[in-house]
Amino acid sequence: MRLRVFHRNTYRYDPPAAGVIQVLRLTPRNHEGQYVVRWRIDVSADARLAAHEDAFGNLTHVFSVDGPLRELSVEVDGEVETQNTNGIVRGTVERFAPSLFLRDTALTRADAAIRSFAQGIRSAAGGDVLAQLHALLDRLYEEMTHVTDEADGAANAAEAFARKRGLSRDLSHIFIGAAHSLGVPARYVAGYHCADEAATAPAAGHAWAEASVPDLGWVAFDPAHGFCPTDAHVRVAIGLDSLGAAPVRGMRYGPGAETLEIAIKVGQ
Amino acid sequence: MFDEMRGSGDAVRPAYAELSQWLAEVKPDVLDFRRREAELLFRRIGITFAVYGDPEAQERLIPFDVIPRIIAAKEWETLRRGLEQRVKAINAYIKDVYGRREILKAGLVPEDLVFQNPVFRPEMNGQKVPHDIYVHIAGIDIVRLDADTFYVLEDNARTPSGVSYMLENREIMLRLFPELFSRYRVAPVENYPDELLETLKSVAPPSASSEPNVVLLTPGVYNSAYYEHSFLADKLGIELVEGRDLVVKSDVVYMRTTEGLKRVDVIYRRIDDDFLDPLVFRPDSGLGVPGLMSAYQAGSVTLANAVGTGIADDKAVYSYMPEIVKFYLGEEPLLKNVPTWRCREDEHLAYVLDHLEELVVKEVHGSGGYGMLIGPKADKASIAAFRAKLKSDPKNFIAQPTLALSTCPTCVDEGIAPRHVDLRPFVLSGRTRTRIVPGGLTRVALKKGSLVVNSSQGGGTKDTWVLDN
Repeated sequence: MRLRVFHRNTYRYDPPAAGVIQVLRLTPRNHEGQYVVRWRIDVSADARLAAHEDAFGNLTHVFSVDGPLRELSVEVDGEVETQNTNGIVRGTVERFAPSLFLRDTALTRADAAIRSFAQGIRSAAGGDVLAQLHALLDRLYEEMTHVTDEADGAANAAEAFARKRGLSRDLSHIFIGAAHSLGVPARYVAGYHCADEAATAPAAGHAWAEASVPDLGWVAFDPAHGFCPTDAHVRVAIGLDSLGAAPVRGMRYGPGAETLEIAIKVGQ
Repeated sequence: MFDEMRGSGDAVRPAYAELSQWLAEVKPDVLDFRRREAELLFRRIGITFAVYGDPEAQERLIPFDVIPRIIAAKEWETLRRGLEQRVKAINAYIKDVYGRREILKAGLVPEDLVFQNPVFRPEMNGQKVPHDIYVHIAGIDIVRLDADTFYVLEDNARTPSGVSYMLENREIMLRLFPELFSRYRVAPVENYPDELLETLKSVAPPSASSEPNVVLLTPGVYNSAYYEHSFLADKLGIELVEGRDLVVKSDVVYMRTTEGLKRVDVIYRRIDDDFLDPLVFRPDSGLGVPGLMSAYQAGSVTLANAVGTGIADDKAVYSYMPEIVKFYLGEEPLLKNVPTWRCREDEHLAYVLDHLEELVVKEVHGSGGYGMLIGPKADKASIAAFRAKLKSDPKNFIAQPTLALSTCPTCVDEGIAPRHVDLRPFVLSGRTRTRIVPGGLTRVALKKGSLVVNSSQGGGTKDTWVLDN
């Protein structure tokens, strides 16, 4: 499937910012089932984008802008050719052995409730890791409500699990924490998802998880949708959690408030 | 019990002969007068430290004992060689852990101890640092058990503190006890700031000029070691900056000055990894510099110490140091490690649980003497409480035998009496060489029988005299 991605963040500063610095994780890489046909990032202010690669092999761009700045927009426009690989992720840039991804963070750490939930799945699904992960995916999809309003987000996996609802980000954190407690390496994926009625669907970035399965490698699971990612997903960045894979991490200099407006369109 | 003046018996050891005689000659009121004078001087300098969790005493004077601790030239030579070897191995290990990871492949250090460790920084993976030096400033805590046995108690490879006391203590002693110095040839420590500055300049990035701009980055006045930060910046003649004084543009770090921006080449940072850059580590950190890690990764600035060095001084990693020295240097370690039980391993945990009343149990990431159990000194209730804590999270603990630390004569209320001491020498690693100023910070447990030398728990300090020949 050929997907067109358009993503624009517009920041407004009042009073004007004295300066802004941002790290962008907004550029996908190629792997089996994903080929980036064209991709560009535009920053509305005069800034040099310095390209880096982060710890996990994500492409990053850093820029800084001097103020005074009332408004700043960061725009991504690109096209990606995708194929359905049934969730199996191959040909990615890997900087660490899968075992690194057993590492917990404050966002993914499983509490007693998530651990016992995961144990329940292990008892029901048996010793096969892939079966356990699919059971985890199914149970989360059945028992959790997927919300899309940012204001509904949870502080971490444990909080989202207790509330039985969360953003795709939160559900992915729960999935990762539960997988870790089963001894399965798992990590966070930030990207885009093309919904069926893309034109009308509320625009937002999407998140899912990948888990490392013996003899199979990394397999992607989308707990917000209850299935493995397909050719409707564009994989942009991975990390231990949403903070590590964040599309944008930035800082403004000077006092005052800022607002952020996000516009995302993913279509064919 | 080994006393550094009297050995195990009553014969005065040669290095202490003059001191012992002087102590016998000096009138108690003279000693007491000098003692009070020393305290006055410290108060005037304003050398204080903050005690965490003690709002009543925000700033406190660290007690200073006027009787010096003396180390013979030959003893120091043994220590110096051991320290140099140990820090060389630490640097090689950190390079490996963030690079090829040979030691993990060889199975000598368990992979999960590194990968699951919060102080391991994935961001450092594959990161090149100038001349492969990660730990430019190390503080290695040494304890002595008898005439010939020195143990490393702890490696401090992140932002070791205490060197200001080493310098201040010497200055005050020179002022108050010139006649005692005249009886000894004491190796100088006053050149430490010069050695440190040379070390920092030697690891400047290739982009720097022949006179690199070095700054000291402090978390600010609320940090317990702020006095030391300002003291060192002053002695080194470099700028003392906080995060807000630095700004990153196009992967270059600049310092804001009244004449505009000035490029920074080397940052002697006294701020923890977690707070360095809110765009990479804790997003709520107001102490760091946004974008610093990008500049660091681009190689335009050197951080001393490097990011992620905690993976070498973690107390669980400590137990592998003898293997680490052998693996990278192919040599037997010159300094001993205290035998350590790793509670992460089942057999070790079982042993520790069975012997809690005779062991010292420490948190892997603890410091300052907090959160530890000293079995022989603890009552039944605290042992029971600690047992529960240990069982619920064994990975977080290690255990060691209670060591009979050496004692040194110390001025206390009841007169001159032996008190337990340790030693923290500072090891500087630069481009071409390792520098160790002869001496270090001697900490002394002022309470009778106490083995806890931490300043936050009633410890004091002494001047450390390393003898020339």
